[in-house]
Amino acid sequence: MATEMQLIGAGLAAIGTGAAAIGVGLIFGNFVNGALRNPSAAAGQFTNAIIGAALAEGLGIFAFLIAILLYLK
Amino acid sequence: MIPETAAKPNPIEQFELSRWWVNEIYGVDVSFTNASLFMLLAALGVVLLMVIATSRSAVVPGRFQALAEMMYEFVAATVRQTAGKEGMKFFPFVFTLFTFILISNLIGLVPYTYSVTSQIVVTFAFAALVITLVILYGLFKHGLGFLKLFVPHGVPLPVLVVLVPIEIISFLSRPVSLSVRLFANILAGHITLAVFGGFVLLLTGAGVWAALAPVPLFAIVALYALELLVACLQAFVFAVLTCVYLNDAIHPGH
Repeated sequence: MATEMQLIGAGLAAIGTGAAAIGVGLIFGNFVNGALRNPSAAAGQFTNAIIGAALAEGLGIFAFLIAILLYLK
Repeated sequence: MIPETAAKPNPIEQFELSRWWVNEIYGVDVSFTNASLFMLLAALGVVLLMVIATSRSAVVPGRFQALAEMMYEFVAATVRQTAGKEGMKFFPFVFTLFTFILISNLIGLVPYTYSVTSQIVVTFAFAALVITLVILYGLFKHGLGFLKLFVPHGVPLPVLVVLVPIEIISFLSRPVSLSVRLFANILAGHITLAVFGGFVLLLTGAGVWAALAPVPLFAIVALYALELLVACLQAFVFAVLTCVYLNDAIHPGH
């Protein structure tokens, strides 16, 4: 069973997932912003938006993984 | 109050491997597990879909043929867009990865099945395959010129001293991030679904509070829709990132 310090560490690591959510929100928010200004160019940039979101999300996923590892240790 | 004897819902239980046919070759554990079964099912699902789709091909496509054609054109457009015309020689590889990951993600969403991609050993095997292919193809095609990948063009020497190690580290972390992204997304989704299922169980056993039990139940329905999106999106992300890395091998140097 996890000790108190491990649980605190898991909680701290989980903050990172929220930060990744901000990053993904910024990417898609800006994508929609740009898409509304120039809808004809939106389709070509959708893949780039997905790649950016995947990369930003990846770091949040790392934080989640550390949290899970600490919690289940 | 929940009595201590009541079985507490365990959200991790669904990922347990059970060896159905214990087998060991030269000290290496190659037992047939529930994960193996669902991997075979996913492979079979892909093959069946393609066989059914192409068996009665018509000019006006039927349901399965339309599905297969949509998937083909979608992946082909992605490969052409991210890796260029030269990347199309890797199209069968990317298409295989995409369909296998997609089908195994979708099979994993059926209750009481096992989701293969929630095991890091499976996703890391995919990522290691992709990175090995990138390195081998890059060295085969460009020789030592492949190392230009780590040296950005037109950067002054003092900056290069810092930049080259960063580029090398970012290249080495690619298989890790590629595998962990898929595995952790599926793992997190399934844990969330199980935790919300546990909420329903706990609330129904909590006297007056049982009236609130439908709330997490409806949350599960919404989360399930989200997981359906994630299952498709992660297969797509894996395919796109494979194309991006292959593009580096085909055209090294920024």
